[in-house]
Amino acid sequence: MTVNKKDVLLSLHDLEISFGEGKQKFVAVQDVNFDIYRGETFSLVGESGSGKTTIGRAILGINPTSHGEIDFNGHQINKKLSHQEEQEVTRKIQMIFQDPSASLNERATIDYIISEGLYNFHLYDSEEDRLQKVTKIIEEVGLLPEHLYRYPHEFSGGQRQRIGIARALIMQPDLVVADEPISALDVSIRAQVLNLLKKFQRESNLTYLFIAHDLSVVRFISDRIAVIHAGRILELADTEELFTNPLHPYTQSLLSAVPIPDPELAREKKLVVYDTNMHDYSVDKPKFVEVKPGHFVYCNAPEEAHYRKILEEQGQLTK
Amino acid sequence: MTEKSILTVKDLSVGFHVRGRELKAIRNVSLELKDQETLAIVGESGSGKSVLTKTFTGMLEQNGYISHGTIDYDGQRLSDLKKDKDWEGIRGKEIATIFQDPMTSLDPIKTIGSQIAEVVIKHQGKSKKEAKEIAIDLMDRTGIPNAAARYNEYPFEYSGGMRQRIVIAIALACHPKVLICDEPTTALDVTIQAQILELIKELQKDYHFTTIFITHDLGVVASIADRIAVMYSGEIIEVGTCREIFYDPRHPYTWSLLSSLPQLAQKGGELYSIPGTPPSLYKDIKGDAFAPRNPFAMKVDFEAEPPMFQVSPTHFAKTWLLDPRAPKVEKPALIQNLHERFVKTLERDNRLHAETEEMEAEEHDGK
Ligand SMILES: Nc1ncnc2c1ncn2[C@@H]1O[C@H](COP(=O)(O)OP(=O)(O)OP(=O)(O)O)[C@@H](O)[C@H]1O
Ligand SMILES: Nc1ncnc2c1ncn2[C@@H]1O[C@H](COP(=O)(O)OP(=O)(O)OP(=O)(O)O)[C@@H](O)[C@H]1O
Ligand SMILES: [Mg+2]
Ligand SMILES: [Mg+2]
Repeated sequence: MTVNKKDVLLSLHDLEISFGEGKQKFVAVQDVNFDIYRGETFSLVGESGSGKTTIGRAILGINPTSHGEIDFNGHQINKKLSHQEEQEVTRKIQMIFQDPSASLNERATIDYIISEGLYNFHLYDSEEDRLQKVTKIIEEVGLLPEHLYRYPHEFSGGQRQRIGIARALIMQPDLVVADEPISALDVSIRAQVLNLLKKFQRESNLTYLFIAHDLSVVRFISDRIAVIHAGRILELADTEELFTNPLHPYTQSLLSAVPIPDPELAREKKLVVYDTNMHDYSVDKPKFVEVKPGHFVYCNAPEEAHYRKILEEQGQLTK
Repeated sequence: MTEKSILTVKDLSVGFHVRGRELKAIRNVSLELKDQETLAIVGESGSGKSVLTKTFTGMLEQNGYISHGTIDYDGQRLSDLKKDKDWEGIRGKEIATIFQDPMTSLDPIKTIGSQIAEVVIKHQGKSKKEAKEIAIDLMDRTGIPNAAARYNEYPFEYSGGMRQRIVIAIALACHPKVLICDEPTTALDVTIQAQILELIKELQKDYHFTTIFITHDLGVVASIADRIAVMYSGEIIEVGTCREIFYDPRHPYTWSLLSSLPQLAQKGGELYSIPGTPPSLYKDIKGDAFAPRNPFAMKVDFEAEPPMFQVSPTHFAKTWLLDPRAPKVEKPALIQNLHERFVKTLERDNRLHAETEEMEAEEHDGK
């Protein structure tokens, strides 16, 4: 992976997203701070309802933000944008949805579904040019040009997911938000789709925000991982660092739940249970601290000292 | 697990009428379910996992039918039962099913508690008051916090994982002898998935039921299965103990399934994916159904159907590679020494280390 660490593509600052108002107000996501570098795969993991999709949708401008900033290519995008800016952002940030059946218009042909963005933004010179672009992308995702005139219901789950990918990638985006793109798929089709996403990344230096709950897949595909719980990022680190030195008890609990596909080890495995009451934040307030270059944890001062000590011991062990 | 068989399937074939054509969903499947075991059925989408187990409760759709073979349960020939009335004493009561989506199995406008109590009243003939107590106890047993207080809540007030627990509680309320779990955790996140698997294991110890666990993900079953049956295109192509299937798989399709585990992939490399697509179920299959996708296929695989070869008293596989005349073929390198490799990964992640430490600490506390 050729990730230039200096090249920040997307940056979230103190982001808060809430639903409803007054007494009904529900803060779904708060204090979210992270950068995504160009060309990397950044994953967001956490249990159901933790706010992963909400963040993804805010980046696409579907969910309004109640506080904080989203910067894309150095420009703030969660504010009123000029028509031209808005067009630019809509094109450059694409989303692949979790459910391949629900996200495709059943009454449109594959040709139309894939071309819709091209039509909306007039991204083609002539009908010939458009058709050539569509044919190229459909072949790249492993489908045939003859499939263009068929309808979504004639395709399998894996094929539909490929159509969703083609529709996003034909826009030549910089950033793709992939919200559980493989959860609904069978193991072997899952592998095909992941390989495809990786191939496009290599070829076009694409950046992915990958949302998933299957941590074994996340480990394989990500450069960095952020762990979210109840709307807050609790830990962020390089993939291998997170798997080998998980510090936050919630991360440890999450990793302990990953299935081990080995009958002997799986039976010895113990689930680590996370209880929010284990933190005493009455006096020392927690914040998001960089305890080691690139490794951030949400903790207060005593916890920070404890984590640093663990890292120090680990460091000595591996030396 | 005991050696007694609780359910016996012999040469079962199931078809569906589809617009004037016949789709053969199950072909000649034989299976013995042992009392109190956990049998996992794995295989890719469309391989017939759900259809096979639906025949155990008479739940095939209108257009489906058993074209051949028998299913026997506790002295009763289930394959002969026709009317819904005949199934009454079996379905839900003796053999219960938990489906993937808990929302479809719960009534959104009735309280959680009343839905469990209803089943207790109907199947165990208890009074309303007793039923409520039993329901709360079941909610408690399935890990719902403050069960009594949450008795009167509605399904929408529960999270996905909690709803799945309730579906399990309802299934258990009738004290079934066989519990079929059809991908009960695929839609859940890992934490909840792990909790539900633990829960099923624990409850099995207390209630002594037999479990059939259906999934397409081999990784999920390593911790709970006693035996594993691998399905491909409507057939069981390999069956063995959990250890036999993971450590000594014999069918090339089982090799492919194991190879697709993301835990085995090299970072920066490709994930293994099975080439090609499964055969059409409308056509007769000549030879070994997996042959066109099998990198190890021999000439005979395209010509004749392989028999079930016996590997051990508990292990069978339907592949010509086991014929004495076949050349010796090793399983792919990717799935050799699985155990040693996972031990290494865990060591690198400090997980083995951390766990033994924890266990030592506990022992200490106990003294
Ligand atoms: N439009 C909305 N109105 C009100 N609440 C919402 C809305 N969208 C999301 N929420 C709430 O925000 C929280 C986070 O939801 P979100 O969909 O982001 O979770 P998630 O992490 O994507 O979960 P999953 O893994 O189940 O998809 C949840 O409590 C959810 O109920
Ligand atoms: N009512 C039906 N009418 C026609 N074909 C059917 C019917 N039910 C199932 N089938 C077909 O039978 C085959 C086996 O289906 P089944 O539902 O058992 O697959 P499965 O192994 O459970 O797959 P999945 O993992 O996707 O649930 C499939 O080809 C399916 O399309
Ligand atoms: Mg989501
Ligand atoms: Mg099924």
